[in-house]
Amino acid sequence: MIASLPFGRRASRLIERNLLVYRRGWIIIFSGFFEPFFYLLGIGFGIGSLVGNVSLGAGHSVPYAVFVAPALMAGTAMNGALYDSTFNLFFKLRYAKTYDAVLATPLGVADVALGEVTWALMRGSLYSLGFLVVMAALGLVISPWALLALPAATLIGFSSAAVGTVATTFMRKWQDFDLVIVVTLPLLLFSATFFPISVYPAPLQAFVQLTPLYHGVDLIRGLTTGNLGPGLLVDVGYLVLLGAFGLAITSRRLQHLLLK
Amino acid sequence: MDPLISARGLTKRFGDLVAVDGIDFDVAKGEAFGFLGPNGAGKTSTMRMIGSTSPVTAGTLRVLGLDPAVDGPRIRARVGVVPQLDTLDMELSVRENLVIYGRYFDLTYAEAGRRADELLAFVQLTERARDQVEPLSGGMKRRLTIARALISEPDLLLLDEPTTGLDPQARHLLWDRLYRLKQRGVTLVLTTHYMDEAEQLCDRLVVMDKARIVAQGSPRELIERYSTREVVELRFPPDAAESMDGRLNGLADRVEVLPDRVLLYTANGDAASAALHESGIRPESTLVRRSTLEDVFLRLTGRSLIE
Ligand SMILES: Nc1ncnc2c1ncn2[C@@H]1O[C@H](COP(=O)(O)OP(=O)(O)O)[C@@H](O)[C@H]1O
Ligand SMILES: [Mg+2]
Repeated sequence: MIASLPFGRRASRLIERNLLVYRRGWIIIFSGFFEPFFYLLGIGFGIGSLVGNVSLGAGHSVPYAVFVAPALMAGTAMNGALYDSTFNLFFKLRYAKTYDAVLATPLGVADVALGEVTWALMRGSLYSLGFLVVMAALGLVISPWALLALPAATLIGFSSAAVGTVATTFMRKWQDFDLVIVVTLPLLLFSATFFPISVYPAPLQAFVQLTPLYHGVDLIRGLTTGNLGPGLLVDVGYLVLLGAFGLAITSRRLQHLLLK
Repeated sequence: MDPLISARGLTKRFGDLVAVDGIDFDVAKGEAFGFLGPNGAGKTSTMRMIGSTSPVTAGTLRVLGLDPAVDGPRIRARVGVVPQLDTLDMELSVRENLVIYGRYFDLTYAEAGRRADELLAFVQLTERARDQVEPLSGGMKRRLTIARALISEPDLLLLDEPTTGLDPQARHLLWDRLYRLKQRGVTLVLTTHYMDEAEQLCDRLVVMDKARIVAQGSPRELIERYSTREVVELRFPPDAAESMDGRLNGLADRVEVLPDRVLLYTANGDAASAALHESGIRPESTLVRRSTLEDVFLRLTGRSLIE
């Protein structure tokens, strides 16, 4: 109805606004770096010492830490993108009414949607970058294709942020966010993160392959271990479509909520 | 010259509720135009449609010659909005609120910063530039919201109840700033349920009640058309007022009995109160005053503006 400029040309303004806000609170962002390292140390190396090598298929096998680290990186990209697209977005949407003021300017709902999703994925990417550097330093990166793991993490951040944003527009109270944990925890545990998908019986494998983080894990693991194949393109396509779909729904939801 | 805003049959519905029911009005460039009406009359709904943040349900609306349904961003680029409830960014400082708002309008940081400093001086908030927004007083927040609306140097400023909830001193400061803006040629459209505000600021206004426009004109015209020059306000002991009604009828052009007082509408208030005295009626108090828009509203709707 109320048309916005196409493609959210002014989306970057929201990012500028968030940078201004975080300029004072960057320490909060910093704290998010550490969680995945604890998992890497505890599970990747600790449990890894009991597990030994894991087969990647095609006669290719790697130490457990090399297997788990890319999955943790994918999970980091997802979690990092969810901070700002869930709790923080909810606060701005329902309490601070941040967008009521924004939408009285030339910016439209598409700008807000794209701006906030981009901001959220930036945070996920930042954590992923930190994690990737540590992975490389610990010798857990065994292929130069790992350079593409960062854009891959950005893509995971994009689809996670877009889906998180859509979910947030449907939330009514803080307790509703328990749902985020109910969804993300199984994703983090069962997306072929800590064990290969071959562990599952065939029907369950098919189901896991429908879920988003599985594709994120598969993509990053393929890149950091150099285990390439056409399946990675499927992963990319899945994540791009999911993100684009989430973005489009977000615009519609914001329109519905804010431009009555 | 084409009007800056033109509405014909403008309608807003929320489900079954009709918030704005087919209203017509034009706002000319450079004038201060008001919507006067009680809570729920449809003022905010109208303002949001003009500011193109709320879709028009029916009728036509042109703002700056553009249709909000297709040119929302272009309209919003040239309109400054002071919403009924402040929507300041609580996560930013006073000055940052202005600068980032300037960025939303595509100003450079240098230009936004320059205008922010100018505007902070204009609304007397320079000393608070670096402070957070939350602890500011209501009047300060309102002034900051007005400054924010001006950062883009808009052709049209929309003010939804700019002074509601403020103390008299804060209101007068705001009126003074708005008056200066008007002198600079900024077109002001404001809503209010304060008749003194409407009289002070508006060249022309419409009186709204229950989603419709019930009268329009300048404050002076409206008073001349719907009221008398003067009003005598009488207060009686409880229960005495009703019994007075018949006896008061001959003393004025029109008599209005309200729960707490009786109003005599007359061209000459002093003559009416003298006649009252002669006829032996002794109210607890008698006050002669000029007619106001409150009287116009009462006449048109049978109710007070602020209930
Ligand atoms: N977003 C909304 N959803 C449903 N009803 C609304 C909404 N906004 C306003 N209304 C209703 O529309 C009517 C007019 O409201 P409003 O335009 O805010 O009047 P005013 O500003 O004159 O007080 C009221 O009955 C109000 O409850
Ligand atoms: Mg209102």
